[in-house]
Amino acid sequence: MLEVSNLECIRGDRRLFSELNFDISAGELLHLHGHNGSGKTTLLRTICGLITPTEGEVRWQGENVRRQRDEFARELVYIGHKNAIKADLTGTENLRIACQLDGAPVSEKQAWDALERLGLRGHEDLPVRVLSQGQKKRVTLARLLLSKSPLWILDEPFTALDKAAVSYLQTVIQEHVDAGGMVILTTHQEVALTRGQVKQLGLGWKRDGDV
Amino acid sequence: MFEIIRTIVMRDLTLAMRRRSDVMTTLFFFVIVVSLFPLGIGPELDTLRMIAPGVFWVAALLASMLALEKLFAADFEDGTLEQMLLTPQPVFVLVMAKVFAHWLITGVPLVLLSPLLGLQYDLAAETLGVLLLSLLLGTPTLSLIGAIGAALTLGLRGGGVLVSLLVLPLYIPVLIFGAGAVEANVSGLGETGHLLMLGAMLLLALVAAPVATSAALRISAE
Repeated sequence: MLEVSNLECIRGDRRLFSELNFDISAGELLHLHGHNGSGKTTLLRTICGLITPTEGEVRWQGENVRRQRDEFARELVYIGHKNAIKADLTGTENLRIACQLDGAPVSEKQAWDALERLGLRGHEDLPVRVLSQGQKKRVTLARLLLSKSPLWILDEPFTALDKAAVSYLQTVIQEHVDAGGMVILTTHQEVALTRGQVKQLGLGWKRDGDV
Repeated sequence: MFEIIRTIVMRDLTLAMRRRSDVMTTLFFFVIVVSLFPLGIGPELDTLRMIAPGVFWVAALLASMLALEKLFAADFEDGTLEQMLLTPQPVFVLVMAKVFAHWLITGVPLVLLSPLLGLQYDLAAETLGVLLLSLLLGTPTLSLIGAIGAALTLGLRGGGVLVSLLVLPLYIPVLIFGAGAVEANVSGLGETGHLLMLGAMLLLALVAAPVATSAALRISAE
């Protein structure tokens, strides 16, 4: 179970959020809302442990994640704005290196299968540089298919994807939640998500006249 | 752990093989700087022999610094660096593997080429050996120290200039003992002491630098 208690984050001289409390347990999905610049990405990166919160803490199974970095990293997949793939490596190479570093090596065959399921058949051994934005995103997302980690943190996972890929990714997320996984995601798209428990969290506030 | 080091080293070597021009720039820089001095000073053998140790070591220092930019910057840009920080692997191990790969790519070719370049300075065979050995011991230290600076200046504008200000002063001890070893051999004083000092500095850097670099990377990734 992931708990966030009394979290506050100040970037520069702006307070993005404060006194933030929520928790998420197995079989739940947290959908994070908020207008541009409301601190969604900052919150996700804080949960991952990439950003030190100004105040408060994030606990995984009751213990602060900053005191158990390695254990927490094993339980977590974070997919951020950047694709985190090397342009000069092929899809399978990228995937296998990422999984190896995550401590869960996969075979060449498994990597090919994952890419094929994401509709990249015939592109597995091309350098990622020549792929389109949407295809690069698919290579990144293929990690989800191979991961056994219970907690997924996804920052705008649907951007650049076409309709078919969006609905496939939704199924993947649904299955993960059904199987007792946890997902925290941000998305501006209105997407019907899962049959499981969905929690909503809104960040930021709008003044009158804001778009 | 060795599996992880192997993965990172193979990854960076593969990337370097697919981007050969990046690798060659450092090496060519070294070759050209070292070759310019005999051309500029003229065929005065005594002078050349005298300046050789300093020229080689200063050129190696600058080449090593030039290469630092590429150590973490690409991984930082495309987001693979922050993914590395989120793996269950100790960050200093990842750093050590990356620095080792970086040294294999930018340091080793320079070390291997130095005896050949040394011929332009009319150095004796034995002195060429000492030059090679001193660079072999010194350049990994340069990469390790430089990694701290490279990590600290990640994502900053004008990071390249800043990194030289941060790192060059720290290179001075390596320069003194590296060039000192070659000089001592030329003058017949015996180079052992200098080489031992270089070895000691390498060990110290090996222990301390990856830890400092990991901390710097965490700060830069925020």
